[in-house]
Amino acid sequence: MLRIEQLVKRYPTGDTALRGVSLSVAEGQVVALIGPSGAGKSTLIRCVNRLVEPTSGKIWLRDTEITALHPRQLRRIRRRIGMIFQEYALVERLSVMENVLSGRLGYVNFWQSWFRRFPQTDIDQAFTLLDRVGLSDFIDKRADELSGGQRQRVGIARALIQSPDLLLVDEPTASLDPKTSRQIMRLITELARERGLAVIINIHDVPLAQMFVQRIVGLRAGEIVYDGPPDGLTPDRLSEIYGAEDWGASQATTAEQEPSLTAQE
Amino acid sequence: MAEITSPSPYRRWRKPPLIKNPWLRWGVVIGALVYLALAISSVSVDSARIARGLERGGRMIAAFLQPDFVSRWDDIQIGVLESLTMTVVSTIAGVLLSVPIGLGAARNIVPTPIYLICRGIITLSRTFQEVVIAIVFVVMFGFGPLAGVCTLAFATIGFLAKLLAEDIEEIDPAPLEAIRATGAGWLKTITYAVMPQVSARLVGLSVYRFDINLRESAIVGIVGAGGIGSTLQTTFNRYDYDVAGAILIIIITLVMMTELVSAQIRKRLQ
Amino acid sequence: MPVRIANNGKIWQRYDTTTRLRLWGGWLGGTVITLICWQLIANRTRWEFAADAPRQLAIFLQRVFPPDWSYINQLWQPLWDTLTIATLGTLLAVIIALPLSFLAARNTTPHPVIRYLTLLIIVVSRSVNSLIWALIIVAITGPGVLAGIIAIALRSIGFIGKLAFESVEETSREPVEAITATGASRLQVLSYSILPQVMPSFAGISIFRWDINIREATVIGLVGAGGIGLNLNATVNLLRWDQAGMIFVVIFGLVLISEAISARVRQAII
Repeated sequence: MLRIEQLVKRYPTGDTALRGVSLSVAEGQVVALIGPSGAGKSTLIRCVNRLVEPTSGKIWLRDTEITALHPRQLRRIRRRIGMIFQEYALVERLSVMENVLSGRLGYVNFWQSWFRRFPQTDIDQAFTLLDRVGLSDFIDKRADELSGGQRQRVGIARALIQSPDLLLVDEPTASLDPKTSRQIMRLITELARERGLAVIINIHDVPLAQMFVQRIVGLRAGEIVYDGPPDGLTPDRLSEIYGAEDWGASQATTAEQEPSLTAQE
Repeated sequence: MAEITSPSPYRRWRKPPLIKNPWLRWGVVIGALVYLALAISSVSVDSARIARGLERGGRMIAAFLQPDFVSRWDDIQIGVLESLTMTVVSTIAGVLLSVPIGLGAARNIVPTPIYLICRGIITLSRTFQEVVIAIVFVVMFGFGPLAGVCTLAFATIGFLAKLLAEDIEEIDPAPLEAIRATGAGWLKTITYAVMPQVSARLVGLSVYRFDINLRESAIVGIVGAGGIGSTLQTTFNRYDYDVAGAILIIIITLVMMTELVSAQIRKRLQ
Repeated sequence: MPVRIANNGKIWQRYDTTTRLRLWGGWLGGTVITLICWQLIANRTRWEFAADAPRQLAIFLQRVFPPDWSYINQLWQPLWDTLTIATLGTLLAVIIALPLSFLAARNTTPHPVIRYLTLLIIVVSRSVNSLIWALIIVAITGPGVLAGIIAIALRSIGFIGKLAFESVEETSREPVEAITATGASRLQVLSYSILPQVMPSFAGISIFRWDINIREATVIGLVGAGGIGLNLNATVNLLRWDQAGMIFVVIFGLVLISEAISARVRQAII
């Protein structure tokens, strides 16, 4: 359903973030994108909804070529692509409800959004989602009054209220403690399964990815160097992605059902 | 795609109002509207006068676009030079006066009577606009730039001494006690424990006040306290808009230049 | 802080030699410039008048005190006008300046050319004092409250615009990215991600300027732009110092009240 062909991104500074990446994601498939910082993970998912403009290459969502769209058509397709961010990217001074409803902005006109007059169906959806992520008691709290895990739940609800076909997730757990990280990952993957969503998750925490995801793509210096199941990530493979390191310790823990929470990275 | 079929009952949501109490909320809204209506209705608009004025405005803009620097260059030169010198002298004098008064207005380092006197001076200086102060100094010193220098120096105290006093009240008390414990007198305590903590900001604020004084030096002349202001007012009274345009361009350029320089200085201080 | 080895031990000095020379040069240059400026002002001062200053002050104080208390009855209307000028002028400036700030901020401007034009408007507005704006506007609309409102607004646009666009540039980028990613339009992105971030500082800046404008509104009457300055001008010209004294008292009260209000409101916002 998502097809990326020969994607290249070169920044004006001359840095090349992506060197011809090709990738397909099937309906309902959850993919984890791993790799060291600066490998181009973040650039890759931002190219999908064109928050970053690719230099060359093509991206297809179903039968729409995203890379060929005009601004108005691009806004329309962005409604079908939800996004979840590392630092939650909530609007701190707006309430939880307003943050969630902001996911519907692409569907309402400016004055409706200005006066906060969203259709009742949107509000029903917002209530349902807030119940689902466990925030029904925080509806009119301001976003800056919430803890990190709660904020990320708001971020998830905002992405899902768009009724997306595809979910882009950028380091959802990097700012969270290990326990909350696992809860958030579980929530995202469960919701994706319930709704049959395709998901791309950027994540630097390999054991966590292996725990929740069936397909892992390794990126190094803007090129795909691994694409396969989680248990195919041998120490050699990891060295190929991240550079040489003693991977035994972390491999040993992930082999267990409940890995030690301190053995990450 | 998965559309949410909502099992939950029909729940309404409205953005909670800023002011919770409905009486207070509507009171504030209605009060504000009534005030606005009264204020606007008390503004008399003489449309015939404005129609005539707009034509004059057109001439004014045309004149501003062809400024005349030449015909009254002598007056302009004297006025601008006076404004600049007034700015320099008054800022220096103002800073020199602000330091003792600012110290005196800091509650944590002086006895109460001195504190009250210094605060009084600051409040007096801050309350009155420069031009009002200038009227008094012109009465005292007669027409001319000396009255302007005194005005701007006095106004500088209200700005600088207040901020200095606030800074001093917020300083870390530990060095203060440490220096006092060495047996240092009041003056030594100030130079070693207080001034190092506030001096950088004092310089930054002084430079900033220089900008303000330059802008104000252009207007105190309207009540006879020197500078370009009186020349400017005369050109307006005589409808010499092309000369007025020239003066305005000089003022704007000078203000922009000093602002750029002072921004650079302040950036370097940080 | 360098330590030099001399023939019999270490010598500590606060600065090294070049820094010391530079500091000395700076102090020397500054002193010379100040002295030259002072000389220019001294030349333009009639010292026989200045020498008389203490006596003039004494006479002035005698005439001002006691103020003519009954004159207050003629001051209610000018006071209302002063308040109207400050409030409506600030309101007008806010309505114009806040949209301008989005055009001037690097992260929200539609085009660099528009940005530079807006910055130019802001700089010109800031560089020209309220009183000078009042001179210009009175020439167009004729004397009165309307001229005062417009003059105050023209000066405040630059002040509010500058502080406002700086706070727009300081907003964090992540919410903007997130709202853009939902497929929102440009205006929706602005109203949902940037506006909530800058709203408190916008309100604070506006109240702050209102407070300053109360002070400015007390003097623009000197050039005919309405408010209590008209009365001040008249009483000074007639040498009715007792009435002028009453005006000083009234201004003092007005400014203290407005300062208290603005401090309360700003505290409530932050």
